[in-house]
Amino acid sequence: MWKGHEKFERHSLILVLGIILMVSVGGLVEISPLFYLESTIEKVDGVRPYTPLEQAGRDIYVREGCYLCHSQMIRPLRDEVERYGHYSLAAESMYDHPFQWGSKRTGPDLARVGGKYSDSWHHDHLRDPRSVVPESNMPPFKFLAETDLDYRTIEARLATLKRVGVPYTKEQIANAAKDLETQVDPFAGEKSGLKKRYGKANQRDFDGNPAKISELDALVAYLQVLGTMVDFRSYKAEDPENLR
Amino acid sequence: MADRERDDHSGVETTGHEWDGIKELDNPLPRWWLWVFYGCIAVAIGYWVIMPAWPGLTGYTRGTLAQSDRSDLTKELTALQTVRGAGAVKLKTASLEQIEKDPDLQAYALQVGQSVFGDNCATCHGAGGAGGKGYPNLRDDVWLWGGTLTDIQHTLTVGVRSGHPGARGETVMPAFGRDQLITADQVADLTEYVVALSRRKADRAAVARATQTFADQCSSCHGPLGLGDRAKGAPNLTDAEWLFGSDRESIRSQIWNGRNGVMPTWEARFSPEIIKALAVYVHVNSGGEGAPAATTAPALAPAPAGAAPATAPTPEKVAQLTAPSRPAGR
Repeated sequence: MWKGHEKFERHSLILVLGIILMVSVGGLVEISPLFYLESTIEKVDGVRPYTPLEQAGRDIYVREGCYLCHSQMIRPLRDEVERYGHYSLAAESMYDHPFQWGSKRTGPDLARVGGKYSDSWHHDHLRDPRSVVPESNMPPFKFLAETDLDYRTIEARLATLKRVGVPYTKEQIANAAKDLETQVDPFAGEKSGLKKRYGKANQRDFDGNPAKISELDALVAYLQVLGTMVDFRSYKAEDPENLR
Repeated sequence: MADRERDDHSGVETTGHEWDGIKELDNPLPRWWLWVFYGCIAVAIGYWVIMPAWPGLTGYTRGTLAQSDRSDLTKELTALQTVRGAGAVKLKTASLEQIEKDPDLQAYALQVGQSVFGDNCATCHGAGGAGGKGYPNLRDDVWLWGGTLTDIQHTLTVGVRSGHPGARGETVMPAFGRDQLITADQVADLTEYVVALSRRKADRAAVARATQTFADQCSSCHGPLGLGDRAKGAPNLTDAEWLFGSDRESIRSQIWNGRNGVMPTWEARFSPEIIKALAVYVHVNSGGEGAPAATTAPALAPAPAGAAPATAPTPEKVAQLTAPSRPAGR
């Protein structure tokens, strides 16, 4: 019988070197292709970085731990697609740091909740979930409508995301606070800087209270954009290169 | 390592390690374990061959089975269509009236409608469709945007103030008080006027003061008599159905803030046949306008409160209409 392993077992330095070699090869083969393979870094038309308001809403979503009960990942399974809509694409969470796929569904999946309900429904539902869904066990988030959104650091937040790979431009970062204020202004119009810098974006008073920019404004803006960036009428799901 | 010490008792070689006279035997691995191990390696190699496995420079090996979750899903969805069978095909081709008149097809559409309603519409309109404050009751005979089959189908497709280019609700109710279009006193008087419109006791002096304000500000949408205008989705103010509440504070708050209902467009989420089934479901359950009575008692699942198709006004239906709260549970 081959006894070569005794060399490794008797010399800790050789053992350590052996482990490093083994893990490196395993890592290179398993992880590095994820950074260059087309199918894992696909780009899909329509997916854009979040606007400053949506990003602020996402931060609230993470702060409040919504991901503990809500997933954002429709798996390619028949029943999920029948209930929630088209399965999620990797590209749809490419600008999420960290992604919110989640692993538990006490509440429903939210990957395609954007546009499914009206703003005022979200308002009612976040204030008192049982007022619209009697059997819901979600906690109320009444304070969101009452709390002013703190966006003093929004430029720094976008700049940080840029460092981890979200392609915010210098202009987008410099105008972050202005864009945030523009997005909750229903009278800002099509020609505002926001649309120029981000393209398609919902622009309205999300919390129904024009007197202030609340945390609810940001969270609803975020929820209303979820899953709406890709136009599935033009996305070719049946293309061989999209099948995996 | 040729001549290692052999243990006298068991006859097995030792590793040469010794701790206080206790020596370590060098037993070989159990046979069964070793064979399971080799078996796993063989299975792994087989797996590489048939399943997607190894990454390369431009892609990865697809495997001889060319397994793909996404194409499996397509096959499953196609199979589902086959299971749903003739009903689904008929939903595509038949007109809304035909669906409602044909007993089998109606039963089928009601089944589809009930399940889609539960997943998507019940969240706002309530499990039984009885609505709530700000969300119209779908089980009464009051319609903001029209209650015929085609009206309902159109509302479902484009939504109300939904952002869809053809959406209903181009006109909105202004926030008369908040945006200072009229004074707070005028809002208070108008509140009395609206209360009087629904034939309730109101302050006569206030009503008299508000008559001109109503004619100037409200009648263009709600009509000179307050009967409403479906083209604009302006509610009838003289009936007993209230979208945002019937008490004085609710009426005042609505004149002050001008809440405007929003319903999403479902065009992108549902196929046209699903929208048809939903329209029939809502129409039959509400005893909608121009509706023939349901021709059979469709085979629905044990009906949750209020979900059974209504034909003529039954006691339950009447109770539903008069009940202020939504039925609980689904």
